[in-house]
Order: sequence, then C-alpha cells, then structure tokens
Amino acid sequence: MSMPFYVSPEQLMKDRADFARKGIARGRSVAAIQYADGVVLVSENPSQALHKISEIYDRIAFAAVGRYNEFENLRIAGVRLADMRGYAYDRRDVTGRGLANAYAQTLGTIFSSGGEKPYEVEIFVAEIGDDPAGDQIYRLTYDGQVYDEHRFAVMGGTHDKVVAYLTKHYHEGASLEGAVRVAVDALGHDDAAPRTIPPEDLEVAVLDRTRSQQRKFRRLRPESLVEVLGTRTALPEDAGAAGAEPESTTGSGEDDPPVAPPVS
Amino acid sequence: MRDPDIGAVRPAATGAPRLDGAFLAPGSSSFSDFLSTQAPDLLPVRRGLPPGNAADLAPHGTTIVAASFPGGVVMAGDRRATMGHVIAQRDIEKVFPADEYSVVGIAGSAGLAVELVRLFQTELEHYEKIEGTTLSLDGKANRLAALIRGNLGMAMQGLAVVPLFAGFDHRTDHGRIFSYDVTGGRYEETSFHSVGSGSLFARGALKKLYRDDLTETEAVTATIQALYDAADDDSATGGPDMARRIFPVVSIITADGHRRVPDAEVAGLADQVVQARLQRPDGPVAGLL
Repeated sequence: MSMPFYVSPEQLMKDRADFARKGIARGRSVAAIQYADGVVLVSENPSQALHKISEIYDRIAFAAVGRYNEFENLRIAGVRLADMRGYAYDRRDVTGRGLANAYAQTLGTIFSSGGEKPYEVEIFVAEIGDDPAGDQIYRLTYDGQVYDEHRFAVMGGTHDKVVAYLTKHYHEGASLEGAVRVAVDALGHDDAAPRTIPPEDLEVAVLDRTRSQQRKFRRLRPESLVEVLGTRTALPEDAGAAGAEPESTTGSGEDDPPVAPPVS
Repeated sequence: MRDPDIGAVRPAATGAPRLDGAFLAPGSSSFSDFLSTQAPDLLPVRRGLPPGNAADLAPHGTTIVAASFPGGVVMAGDRRATMGHVIAQRDIEKVFPADEYSVVGIAGSAGLAVELVRLFQTELEHYEKIEGTTLSLDGKANRLAALIRGNLGMAMQGLAVVPLFAGFDHRTDHGRIFSYDVTGGRYEETSFHSVGSGSLFARGALKKLYRDDLTETEAVTATIQALYDAADDDSATGGPDMARRIFPVVSIITADGHRRVPDAEVAGLADQVVQARLQRPDGPVAGLL
C-alpha cells in the first residue's frame, strides 16, 4: 500500500485557486459598465452562437469568462431559479442579490469540496433599478466570493490592463454609445499594443431601463454596433483617446432601427 | 392531496442555499417539466380532487373571439366572470400576451386558467432564454396542448380550461389561430374562431361579418360586434358596460409583435357599435345572396 502524501490545507486551497485562476486568465476579458440608462456588457467573442452574455430575467443579466460548459451550467441554473421564483412569487421578487447569493454558495461549495474540480469561471450578475443609483453589478469568483462593483468592472483575460484603461477614461452618466465605445476601446487595450476589435467579433448586450417591454435585456447586433462605434480609423493614442471619448453625442439615437451608415 | 400552498416549496427550490444538482443538470428546456420534478405543488394541473363536481365552486370566464386579417390576427374577450347565476367579476381580463408574437385567451374555470396562462408564458420565456431562440408557432401551440391535457382530470370534475391561441407565424408571414378541447386536442382554425359559453352566437356573427380583406380596425370592429351578439343571447357573456365604461380586451398580433389596443380606442369603436345597434338592435345586415 502506498502512503498518501500529506498536503497542508493552505497548500491545497492555493493549488486549487491557482488552477482556477489559470483557466480564467486564458480567455479574453468581459467588461460591465454603468451608463445613464442601465448597464452595458461587452465582450470579445467571435462566436455568434455561444454566448458569454445572456438574459436571466426582466432586469438581470449574466456574463461569464472561463470554461464554457461550466458557466453555461450556471447560466441555465440561474434561469431556472429566476423563472421558478418569479412563478412561485412574483416577477418583482426575483433579485440580482438573491441570484448572486445562490451562485456564491454554489461556487463556494464546489471550490472547497475535495471531490469536485473547482469551476474555472468568473461571472457577473448585473441588475438595473429604476434609476442609476439602483443599478448593481456583482462579480463572483471561482471560490464563491462576491464583489459589489460600481461604475465598471472587468474580469478574465488581462483584466488589470483593461481596468487601468477604464479608470482613466470612464465617465459617469455616459450615453449608450459613449459607454460601448469606451468599453470596446478598453478591451482593445488588453495588451502592450492596442488593437481595434472588429464589430463582428464583439458581443454586446444591454440592460436598458428605457425599454418599454418588461424584459429590459437587449443584444446589440453587429450592424447596430458598426453604427454605434462609427468609423474607428486609427488606433487612438492613449492621450488622444481621452479627447475622443466625449464625442459620443454625435451618435444617432439609441434605438434599434439602424439608419444607413454615412457614405464615405 | 398536496398542499397547494406556496409554503410547501422547499427552500432549496426557491431561495438562497446552494443550487442543487437538478438546477445544474443539462437537458430539459421546458419550465413545466422542470417544475414537475422540482416543485410539483406549483403546477396548476395534476392536482387530485375529491370526487364530485366542483364546477360551481369558482368563477368561470366566458367568451373569446379571434379573427385573422391580412398581416396579422386579432383576439378579443368580454370582461365577465360568472359563478352559477351570479356575476363574479365584471372587469376580468381573459386575453393575455403569451410572448412577443402570440396571444392566448381563456374560457372556463377562471382561477385555473389564469394560472395556466402564467405557466404557459413562463414556459415560452424559459425556452427562449435557455435555447437562445423562440419556439415555432406550432411548437408553442403544441406546448399549450400538453398543458391543457394535464388538466383533463379536473376538467372531468367541472373545472375545464379551454384556451384559444393565436399568433403571427414568421415562416408563412400571416396570423394563425388554434383552438383546443379539454383533452388537449389542438385544431388549427381558418379565418376566425371563438370559445366559451357565448361562442356559438359569436361565431354565427363572425360568419356573416368576416371577409378576407378586413383591415386591422375592421377586424377589431368585427370581434366587438361578435362579442355584442354573444352577450345579447348568452347570459354569461358581458356586453359593453356603458355606465362603467368597461369594454372588451382586444389584442393585435402582427409582424411587429403584440399590441394591446388602448382602452380609449376600443371604447370609441364600441360606442360606434352600440350607436348602430340603437338603430338596428340585431346588428349589420348581411346580403341574402
């Protein structure tokens, strides 16, 4: 019989955390940004079918980075929980906080149980209120910790670089166009050399409290993204970008129907 | 018999602690299937009842009519619920949007029916969120049939729910109407249909009023006329309540989605109908040949 090695609990947890962190850092970042009428979620995702950002309920959205099969499971669980709660009680009784708690318990239990591999995921649960003060962004990590984020939040990939860019360029109370532009620019600054991410490689969705429907979640299709982003000619220099941001007011209305793009 | 009380739901099913295996399990995108394994007490159907007839225990909703027009379909319902010979409610709503492109109207046991509509709405939304795409119109109609079928036992004890379902089919680009029986039989109707106690009179009226080339507003007027005729001859169907200004609930589905016709607009049309009836109480005359 072989003797099992002794591994200290500290070491065990550290190994599991390192394992999860490595998996999460592998992909691209996802950003959540508050703007005047809600929260916009932006990620780089060339796939049109496999979403990183999805609707959970009327005012709640979900975004994730890491292993697709794992966060897809969590997403479906969230939809089931929310729909069941809304059906058993009332639609207003489904809250982002309740959902974040359920996710935290689930991720925490899986992380600390010896039998299961820790989930290599990090997720956002975003919820909008009746006004910007009521908006919530929760970030949940692989070990079940919950962070209550304000203004903006980034996870996955080289998120520290994206956060650094956003810290510099984020404006409170921006329009949808402004928020999407700054988020996309930020995601493009995840490396030493800034990139321009083509609109068809972006997945953008918004929780928009001005929407007349009960369900406030809406995806921005690539064609409307082209319009929102406008012509991003040269890569904005770090200094020049700050000046370029507030031009968001030049964009057309926030509604879906796209007008013909300007002929150049 | 299960306690239908909400308190019977296990805390794990609705609240805080860890999401258990059933939530994380891949598989079904049907909300009612999920509910039947996780919290069957919440399902409006499949409840055991003691023997006997329960028909007079709870209010009944009455007449729903639907008619298609080029580009869409309109559904209208009167506002009365009865309990035996008593008017239980005079402003009940019996026509609901099922999702963005379909609408469901209900006749029969009102409480059960409203609950069933809520389940059906959640079912469609749940599928849409999990699968990332909407069900086809036939798929929706079939899901509704399955939910009705589950209620057969109670239907036999007098608590029947009979819906009328209509929606816009993007594949064929026109509005379609489906009717049901209590066993979950699903039948596609052409042009127009009605269900409920006043449905015979309403259908007779629509037969004479319906044309293939009705405009949206004319289709709404035709359904209001049909409901007037139903109320005229069926005691359980409510006519336009001129004193309280209570008028039918009218919904329109077109390629642009669901729209409930604003009360003021319905009131305007109903006023015209009533004015015309003051001249000729039996309504518009149809040609003999």
